[in-house]
Amino acid sequence: MILRLRFSKQGKIRFIGHRDVARIFERSLRVAKVPVAYSEGFSPRPKLSFGLALSVGYESDNEYLDVSTAVDVDLAEVAARLGAALPDGIDLIEVGEVARSRTSLMEAVTSCDWAIDVDGQDLDTVQASVDRLLAADRVMIERERKGKPVRDDIRPDLLSLKVFMHTETATPRIHAELGTESRSLRPAEFVSVLEPPVRATSVRRLHQWISDGMTRIEPHEAVVSRAAHTKCAS
Amino acid sequence: MSTSTTALWNQLEPLLMRVEKPARYIGGEGGAQTPIHNDGDVAWLFTYPDTYEVGLPNQGLQILYEIVNESPHGVAERSYAPWTDLEALMRAEGVPLFSVDTHRAASAFDIIAFNLSAELTYTNLLNCVDLAGTPVRTADRGLDDLFVIVGGHCTYNPEPLADYVDAVVLGDGEEVISEITDAFHCWKQAGRPGGREAILRELTTIVGVYVPSLYEAVYDGQDLLETRPLFDDVPARVEKRTIADLGEWPYPKTPLVPITDVVHDRLNVEVFRGCTRGCRFCQAGMITRPVRERPAEQVREMISAGVARAGYDEVALTSLSTADFSGIEGVIADTMNDPNCSNLSISLPSLRVDAFGVDIAAELQRGRRSGLTFAPEAGTWRMRQVINKLIREEDLYGAVESAFSQGWRRSKLYFLTGLPTETDEDTRGIFELARNCVKIGKHHTSGASVTVSVGGFVPKPFTPFQWFGQNTLEELRRKIGVLIDENRKSRGVQFKWHDAEATLVEGLLSRGDRRIGPVIETVWRNGGTFQEWSEHLDLDRWLDACAEHGIDHEWYVYRHRTEDEVFPWDHLSAGLHKDFLWQEWQDALAEVGLEDCRWTPCYDCGACTGYGIEHVVASATPPAGGSQGTGQDLASGGAVPVTLLSKARVPVG
Repeated sequence: MILRLRFSKQGKIRFIGHRDVARIFERSLRVAKVPVAYSEGFSPRPKLSFGLALSVGYESDNEYLDVSTAVDVDLAEVAARLGAALPDGIDLIEVGEVARSRTSLMEAVTSCDWAIDVDGQDLDTVQASVDRLLAADRVMIERERKGKPVRDDIRPDLLSLKVFMHTETATPRIHAELGTESRSLRPAEFVSVLEPPVRATSVRRLHQWISDGMTRIEPHEAVVSRAAHTKCAS
Repeated sequence: MSTSTTALWNQLEPLLMRVEKPARYIGGEGGAQTPIHNDGDVAWLFTYPDTYEVGLPNQGLQILYEIVNESPHGVAERSYAPWTDLEALMRAEGVPLFSVDTHRAASAFDIIAFNLSAELTYTNLLNCVDLAGTPVRTADRGLDDLFVIVGGHCTYNPEPLADYVDAVVLGDGEEVISEITDAFHCWKQAGRPGGREAILRELTTIVGVYVPSLYEAVYDGQDLLETRPLFDDVPARVEKRTIADLGEWPYPKTPLVPITDVVHDRLNVEVFRGCTRGCRFCQAGMITRPVRERPAEQVREMISAGVARAGYDEVALTSLSTADFSGIEGVIADTMNDPNCSNLSISLPSLRVDAFGVDIAAELQRGRRSGLTFAPEAGTWRMRQVINKLIREEDLYGAVESAFSQGWRRSKLYFLTGLPTETDEDTRGIFELARNCVKIGKHHTSGASVTVSVGGFVPKPFTPFQWFGQNTLEELRRKIGVLIDENRKSRGVQFKWHDAEATLVEGLLSRGDRRIGPVIETVWRNGGTFQEWSEHLDLDRWLDACAEHGIDHEWYVYRHRTEDEVFPWDHLSAGLHKDFLWQEWQDALAEVGLEDCRWTPCYDCGACTGYGIEHVVASATPPAGGSQGTGQDLASGGAVPVTLLSKARVPVG
């Protein structure tokens, strides 16, 4: 049976890395006594399959992890036990079952929505620089591939950019849908092409999308059944 | 954790986006506490003067953190030395040292307490005190400044830090921590009568607590004559604290489960404290006597509870020589059968050098067998008799044979160089052993490899080698050169060595006196933090500081001491009789070994008799297999009890 876990990552714990999150899930699944399937071989590893890594310091409303279990489990029980075992800041939202034949999270996700708060320029200036990007045919950035510098056009991955004033922080916020299909466009890379330069003060992943060009769904919608995790009042 | 923020956190948070490994600074581990600070509570900030990754697993701090937070008037939080990138930002932005638990400023605490496990962290201690906003010198501190208290192995010679720390705790902290908390509580309740001086004076009535400012060191030129109390009611000699029964202290009960990378990221259960194997170079083995085993049942419970709570897949049974634990076989069998502990791998960080130890390891280590580590410490039997690490060559070869035949592919061998009486033959013997180990390994796997790791020997206080003049920088470098030459003709051996410059600095701090303090301060002021990290250690900075303060480092480090030497730590006591240590030094020079007193008559080293305590060992029979100091023949296993003459010293081997 394959479980798709949906969780958020926010607060102080956003400063831990992707590998740290993986280790936390390995341990929490053991504490929750979820019968995780292990790989064969001399050094068996739990069969966990993560989606796109979230950079250190970023928050997320929607992270996903697929877990293979050795035997069938009750989704509601897993949700309750695992939800209680995870540390503060990593909050389990729901547990679903996906088909064995599913496409892996890494391959399936085609774009992500981000909320990026920036400072250094006022709202109009940020709006103008975003407009310039959207008007451009090509937006080139320097990247490294296999240790060698390459130049990539990221314009195809700028799917949607909206600028508005974030009332809480009184700084401009950009809602960006960035493509992940060729090579995942990272928020920091996007921010680096804004001219004049701005600094991202807070970055949050809002959604991950699976699109076939016609319709799009979120990974937790690609399940056959699901159980929500409700936090107790305590 | 995620929701509670402080003003300081709001200042710190933007800085964390700009540093490497920000997870070092966020707290939030499993078992982390966020205590409420009430007026009148005694607030401890337990600080490890090195990085978070190194400091978090420290068991001593975790134990005291729990005990204080359980106490009626104490609260405890934790802090770690910020790495240089964050430190620079903190100084630029005016952010003080903070606790990782609730992100409170250090100044909101009463006491900043450091675990001193390594001398090279001393400059970090000063840096942390400075970042906390407290003057680094005790003489400059006022009523509202932090009290700086230190514990840990280095405190057996705290004299280099005498002008910088308010109080020093010698020995086991479990009991004394609450006595100190109570003393501070009463003093605070009463409105802090008499100021800092009064509470420090009060602390001297607690056994195990040393207040350096209440003593003066008297010199005759270069020589130390004595370190004496300034007042009649201050004890002339401070004894260490020893808990009689480890079973009464099942701590840490909720070990911290890190949420980011740390060293030793596993459940650690201390199975016994103390060691009487009597290795003469080993300070830990001398100052932590006697042996006190944890009841096997309690060890099992701590493993089971820890695994259920934290989800670890590895537990380390810690001690100075875990294969010697009387209950080892029962604990292992029961743990393997515990349904809570399925897929749990058990590791013994201090593997004994013999086949018995490897057999245990083989039974325990599920999954990939990558490498096993042994510590023969010296290359020849003669040398090992001098240091009383009585491992025979056949013990090592048996261990290595056993390891390679059971699927391990790599062995790592630890050695010291610069030992008393060491000749080039002894030094070269290291590679002789290593080459033979490779040969044994090749019988089993063509990929067999042996790593030789060599550290420079630093004589430590309260060991038989405290009289020994450390090898000079040049001599250590020459010996490393000899080893490099040997390595060229040794296929299948990887050679790693410890920087001789770090050895020199460690030597200066280990046996230094109060006159070394200004050297430490100058090195710190010149930017010399994280001296444990080779990329940060700069010997010239130390030598320049010595020159600036008129310190002859060679006199401190290289000089052989004579029997009448007054040590800077002579007014402190680890229970060991100085004449016992001197006799051991003489026996070392005569290449005479000494048996383990756990299973043999008492030599009266002083550690038990002086404090009216005893070894707590579940079995009167030595463990199977080892010849190391048990006086047993390797072949006879654990069946034959040892017979030895009381106090008589016989050559072993």
